[in-house]
Amino acid sequence: MTIYQFPQRALAGLLLLLLASLASAKATVEDYGYPITDRFVATIVGTPEGYEADLPKNIPFKKRWINIFPERKLPDVIWYGQEMIYAEALQKRPAPLIFLIAGTGASFNGAKNQNMARAFYKAGFHVISLSSPTFPNFVSSASATGVVGHAERDAEDLYRAMEMIWKRLDGDIEVTSFNLTGYSLGGFNSAYVAKLDDERKSFNFRRVLLINPPVSLYNSISLLDRMVENIPGGEDNFNLFFDKLVHGFGKVYKDQDAIGGDFLYQAYKAMDLKDEELAALIGVSFRLSSGSLVFTSDVMTDFGYVKPKGLVLDRYANLTRYNQVTERLGFTDYYHDFFYPYYKADYPDMSRDEFISAISLREIAEYLRNSPKITVMHNQNDIILEPGEIEFFNEVFGERATIYPFGGHCGNINYRDNVARMVATFTEGAN
Amino acid sequence: MKSLILRSFALLALLFLGACSTTPTVEPQASYPEPVFAIDRIVPADAVDVTAVYDPLEGMNKRIYNFNYHFDQWVFLPVVRGWKAVVPQPARAGVHNFFENFRDVRTMANSILQASPAKFFQSTGRVLVNSTIGLFGVIDVATSMGMPKPDEDFGQTLGHWGVGTGPYLVLPLLGPSNVRDGVGLFPDLVLQNYIQDDLLAQPVRATAFLFDSIDTRENTSFRYYETGSAFEYQTVRWLYSTKRELDVEK
Repeated sequence: MTIYQFPQRALAGLLLLLLASLASAKATVEDYGYPITDRFVATIVGTPEGYEADLPKNIPFKKRWINIFPERKLPDVIWYGQEMIYAEALQKRPAPLIFLIAGTGASFNGAKNQNMARAFYKAGFHVISLSSPTFPNFVSSASATGVVGHAERDAEDLYRAMEMIWKRLDGDIEVTSFNLTGYSLGGFNSAYVAKLDDERKSFNFRRVLLINPPVSLYNSISLLDRMVENIPGGEDNFNLFFDKLVHGFGKVYKDQDAIGGDFLYQAYKAMDLKDEELAALIGVSFRLSSGSLVFTSDVMTDFGYVKPKGLVLDRYANLTRYNQVTERLGFTDYYHDFFYPYYKADYPDMSRDEFISAISLREIAEYLRNSPKITVMHNQNDIILEPGEIEFFNEVFGERATIYPFGGHCGNINYRDNVARMVATFTEGAN
Repeated sequence: MKSLILRSFALLALLFLGACSTTPTVEPQASYPEPVFAIDRIVPADAVDVTAVYDPLEGMNKRIYNFNYHFDQWVFLPVVRGWKAVVPQPARAGVHNFFENFRDVRTMANSILQASPAKFFQSTGRVLVNSTIGLFGVIDVATSMGMPKPDEDFGQTLGHWGVGTGPYLVLPLLGPSNVRDGVGLFPDLVLQNYIQDDLLAQPVRATAFLFDSIDTRENTSFRYYETGSAFEYQTVRWLYSTKRELDVEK
């Protein structure tokens, strides 16, 4: 709803939405029991207690470190980022293997990846959990350039890491098939990794599932960036808004004996936030995670984005001021003033707009259309899609797209029906 | 008591070492070209940082933070891994409950000091039930019975009576703290040692601190530098400070 506040796109948006809802009526899941219909509430709160899939609490989800670029010499200020961290949960018998790729700014160890790992481990899979290429540890340890957000290059980085992990495991475990999934940006990455694998054939993925991916990465980050504009009274009132949130959380924290799984839901109910404030909260958290990513890239490449070029920071340097700057910048600023200038020389024939709009699933639509192994789970009211973008999935994937009527952005990812669907995608038709 | 004094001494020595090696942080010099988004242009001079925490000893704190990481890597976490490999889960849960029972005693004492009868009766009830039916605290019967578990320490008691936090501190081995909470550790430790001296047989008493530490680390999921963010230090600083502020109000 908030998206349509932008008058210039309101009319076009409404028309597209109308068309989209007509066209996708057949693919929409009926009698859907996920309880939160508001897109922003769903995105923040996720799946309330009692609606989650029944998953094992303890699985052997073990952290691993791998040195992908042993010759790399990191700047002292990010000295700890040399080795890529990931996690594995392995079966003791021959089993299919699945790689999980996290969403923007998220790690292999985030709540969403952990839950997916539980679901797939329970279903008998070897699980390898990877961070998003936008997670600072990935940037410093596994990105060839240190400047991420490029569809093909991120896929190359992920593929290299996956090959090295498999090389390490080969012989220790028996794998019956390779599979791949990811949520949000990780879903987007999965599509490009699948395409790369069809050329290189290291894994020959049996099934690939994209969960709530963006269509155009730039469109999605623009939407998320603009959500900060929803801060009541504008960005200048950020402090007031922030204090309100902290005190709201604080009140719930004080009233509870322990922070349970339902903490966010309780906090949301107690604070009575309006949609605009929820959008602002999403925008702020997106900005915080993009801030650490951008700073990591800046010190790795000595690009001179927020840190003066040539200035060497050591591991004990005071970074407060840099933190303040990155919090005031959006992800779109990164694309225009860092990402594009950094890669410009490699792509001399492309304009800035062409370069940025090429980071899209539309670029590989034909591949996706003709790849029966790739399926999609998405939500009609996902907040990271421009009005009408959801239609891309119905159009390209047809029967292979499952579009839920609501769930926001990944809010329903732990809902029992979604988890069942997610696992069934990989177990159906398997021996 | 002797072990406490030794430990305190080691702690002070480490603090002192950290302080000696403090060097001024590098500030941008005029000789560097201006970055695309220069701090002075983007952040107004009068901007208020809502996540700011009073941290005049940041240089020293960051060195201790770094030291803690290495201690974790070479000593603490390997010991925890060994502990988990050797001792089965039910036994570890028993050890955990046993030490938690002493923390309930700490809450009892601090509830008296905070003049909070509700918390005093809650924690006393827990200690009575767990020390008897729960076999000297090894089984947490109180939680199974749904008894609330307030958590009070001397740092919170000081805060309750209006004592400010003072500068933020990162303590060797223990991690985020501040001057108030750091000072508050001592009365709590004295009380715990006093009770344990009285109640525990010599071999248990001598090793209690060690197993308490291993158990605490096992149950603390935080790992230094694993967020990968260069801003982890200040994020942790803000989170700790906010949580303690809320704990005092709680």
